[in-house]
Amino acid sequence: MTQKRKIRIIDTTLRDGSHSVRHQYSADQVANITAALARARIDTIEVTHGDGLGGSSIQYGYSKLSDQEMLQAANQVIGKSKLAALLLPGIGIKEDLEIAYHEGVRVARIATHVTEADISAQHMGLAKKIGMEVVGFLMLAHMAEPSKVLEQAKLMESYGADVVYVVDSAGAMVPDDVRKRVSLLVSNLKIQTGYHAHNNLGLAIGNTIAAIEEGADVVDGCLAGMGAGAGNTPTEVLVAVLDKMGYETGVDLYAIMDAAEDVVRPLMQRPQVIDKAALSIGYAGVYSSFLLHTARAADKYRLDPRDILIELGKRKVVGGQEDMIVDVALELASVGKR
Amino acid sequence: MVRIRVGLLGTGNIGTDLLIKIVDKSKYLEVGMFSGIDPASEGIQRARQMGIAASATGINAILADSSIRIVFDATSAKSHCAHAPLLKEAGMIAIDLTPAAIGPYVVPAVDMNLSAMAEANINMVTCGGQATIPMVYAVSRVAEVSYSETITTIPSKSAGPGTRANIDEFTDTTAKGAKVIGGAKRSKSIIILNPAEPPILNQHTIYAVLAQEPDQKAIIASIEAMVETIRGYVPGYRLKHPPFFDGKRVTIMVEVEGAGDFLPKYAGNLDIMTSAALAAGEVIARKILVKGVAQ
Repeated sequence: MTQKRKIRIIDTTLRDGSHSVRHQYSADQVANITAALARARIDTIEVTHGDGLGGSSIQYGYSKLSDQEMLQAANQVIGKSKLAALLLPGIGIKEDLEIAYHEGVRVARIATHVTEADISAQHMGLAKKIGMEVVGFLMLAHMAEPSKVLEQAKLMESYGADVVYVVDSAGAMVPDDVRKRVSLLVSNLKIQTGYHAHNNLGLAIGNTIAAIEEGADVVDGCLAGMGAGAGNTPTEVLVAVLDKMGYETGVDLYAIMDAAEDVVRPLMQRPQVIDKAALSIGYAGVYSSFLLHTARAADKYRLDPRDILIELGKRKVVGGQEDMIVDVALELASVGKR
Repeated sequence: MVRIRVGLLGTGNIGTDLLIKIVDKSKYLEVGMFSGIDPASEGIQRARQMGIAASATGINAILADSSIRIVFDATSAKSHCAHAPLLKEAGMIAIDLTPAAIGPYVVPAVDMNLSAMAEANINMVTCGGQATIPMVYAVSRVAEVSYSETITTIPSKSAGPGTRANIDEFTDTTAKGAKVIGGAKRSKSIIILNPAEPPILNQHTIYAVLAQEPDQKAIIASIEAMVETIRGYVPGYRLKHPPFFDGKRVTIMVEVEGAGDFLPKYAGNLDIMTSAALAAGEVIARKILVKGVAQ
């Protein structure tokens, strides 16, 4: 009998999923979700503000809990699963990473825009030095050619990354886009390749499978498909699909279904669907986190959110530039008045 | 007219832009030496073509010329830490454009006469700081600012290896400057690199949270006056939209178009740095000249 290929799932309900609840998870909710994920034997659990350590701000929205409080709530019930935290250089600083380590984080996910990997050297260096596993995150990977993605992934590899992810932050890739990028990384890196999907075009599961078929060993999901934009790959669905396809995830299927249904669904503030704004994000190739910020600006300035999102796409705005949503809204509103 | 001789350390983009600014625009300065460590540097060739003494022997060429009074250091934080004691010993005033921050932060728009300058080594904070701290200060001089948050977006092409390798210091130093010079009680700073082609202009968003209900008119007048002050040495600095209020929060959006002296116009972030350093150098030179007359 052949050995089943092992796929590592990192659940990010408590990080990317934070966007869906506007970063308002309570300590009880963090603990309940973590415990449910740990019961289902999820390998790694990512916990922070949606924009990573230090993300709580006017720009990205304040979180109810501090980074430390979130991590503490998770760490005390995490069992055998590993605790991960995201950091975007330029938003979080090295001190945040040290605090995270102190709170039990052993997997540092360091994210940059797909063409700017060299700003991750400092943080990857520190994470390695203090004994963390390092995962590189190349965001908005649809905006760069596969060869550029590889060049940047190699930089992260040289800084000590153990895994480098192709991150479809805009949920803008079709399966062929995923295959080209992931296969190039898999055949040219000495380290593992990961993939993170958003469901704005309804392709989160399909793209994740495409990535795995091309050799990705690590993939992300969120319970009940929480996450920025139309959400991430639903972890419980992914576990079921991978099991059917003959991959080994080590996750208990019933327990992960229970976690999604009984723990996460009751706290969801809005249905996680592909509404027209989320679809526009995938179509225009814009950072998924812009969804709720754009909805607010559209409301305030009486604009169609799609107009704002399409203009942001034209301007090639990158992750973290939430202030440009208001900038564009002000411009569109003044054009409307003329 | 008598001019104060200056030395420039670092012959990269920043050093070369500063060189051209001094030669073209300065009232009180003349360049005695332009020195780096890369003999093949384009900046050195260019300086020589302009008839400026240039060297690839680094700080030695500067220390060898005792008539130099002020030294602009556009190398790296690490190099400046080595340069600082040598310059001090030689009696030369250092204007530090690196994140080393050995001396106090200086933002010319906030203190045009450098009246707070007590030390022979001053630090120009960061490019994000030069653009955002004056706005925080403009608000805090008329209303108590309990928190400031600044978002600096830099076109990727204008972020050199120094900025990239020191992104953490850049983030942290900009935030500290908003407290120390800007007058905010607490502060946060965010830096984003945007690789769009053609490059976007350097832009900044400044949020200030006020302790009390704001006097909107007074705050807007203070911001507008500060924009004019900055435009005195960075003509391409401008408000993108009129400042606006949400309760106790004011949002200010600015963009900085570079002068295009050596660096391209989109690199307003570098232009504001070299312009601020030049403005500081001019004030120091004027002080030296006035003192000289008095003696």
